[in-house]
Amino acid sequence: MEVNQMQRSFLEYATVLFREGFLDGQFSQLQMLQDESNPDFVVEVVSLFFEDSQKLLNDLTTTLDQQNVDFKKIDAHIHQLKGSSSSIGAQRVKNACIAFRNFCDQQNLEGCMRCLQHVKQEYLLVKSKLEALLRLEQQIVAAGGAIPVLSEFS
Amino acid sequence: MSGGVTTEMKFHVLAVDDSIIDRKLIERLLKTSSYQVTVMESGVKALEYLGLLDDEKSNTKSHSNSTTWNQNEIQVNMIITDYCMPGITGYDLLRKIKESTVLKDIPVVIMSSENVPSRINSCLEHGAEDFFLKPVQQSDVNKLRPHLMREKEKGKENQFNSINKRKPIEECLSPDRTRIRFNNDLVA
Repeated sequence: MEVNQMQRSFLEYATVLFREGFLDGQFSQLQMLQDESNPDFVVEVVSLFFEDSQKLLNDLTTTLDQQNVDFKKIDAHIHQLKGSSSSIGAQRVKNACIAFRNFCDQQNLEGCMRCLQHVKQEYLLVKSKLEALLRLEQQIVAAGGAIPVLSEFS
Repeated sequence: MSGGVTTEMKFHVLAVDDSIIDRKLIERLLKTSSYQVTVMESGVKALEYLGLLDDEKSNTKSHSNSTTWNQNEIQVNMIITDYCMPGITGYDLLRKIKESTVLKDIPVVIMSSENVPSRINSCLEHGAEDFFLKPVQQSDVNKLRPHLMREKEKGKENQFNSINKRKPIEECLSPDRTRIRFNNDLVA
């Protein structure tokens, strides 16, 4: 596959992700911070997000599983996940966290458990999509091409 | 004063955030603006770095007890901190800095993911230079330079006033000089 075709695929895929709300303008901001001196910036940030989120989701699962649920702890975890998803532009995960927080404020255990499932789902979706997008990016770079700018999405 | 070599001293910004993702982000944003950056993961570590942790014990000798950092070599031109942090919050950090005789003039900027007007006002009232809503953008970081330049100019001005006492008189003269020039132009 030649570079132009790869770049087109990348843009088409990115367009879909933005349109479906998986990513928002913040992701474009991240792309714009990447340059020749920091060529792996986006991959590094996204990897940190994956590690951090996995840990948070595990902690949330454990905390919700306790006899006496510590809602303060839940709130702290969600706050962190909401923050990091917002920082990388993972819009649907962020929104799921906002809904989760509302149930947590009400100390609604059932609502929280449903929200946790939803957050997990959204996280897994955006994870696989980001991995696919970044793979396309790597292919373009390996072929000597430039990564198309996503500024129109910010 | 400015003779041969203009050594462009980079402004040194201390960034404090408990989120590893946000630390990476703010570091990159600041470096893009050519600032020298030090990141800390907590308010406590930041206080330690700034030499403020020992203040609890003795007010006077706050800088000689630090074991890790050489206080004499650390020069911070600005502090940007997250508000919500476990332990010492960004607000606590702001208060401690503004209460310190040595560090109170360092501009402090607060970042927060939550848009709470009372929080914002409280920070500004207690001396924060600015308040950024997360996620922090390049446009926010671009707003920092005037705050840093102003502090730099203040530093220069203080030097100038103490050396050259004629400055106030010169300011009075300029309106007169303008009028004279105007008349000359008409004649010409």
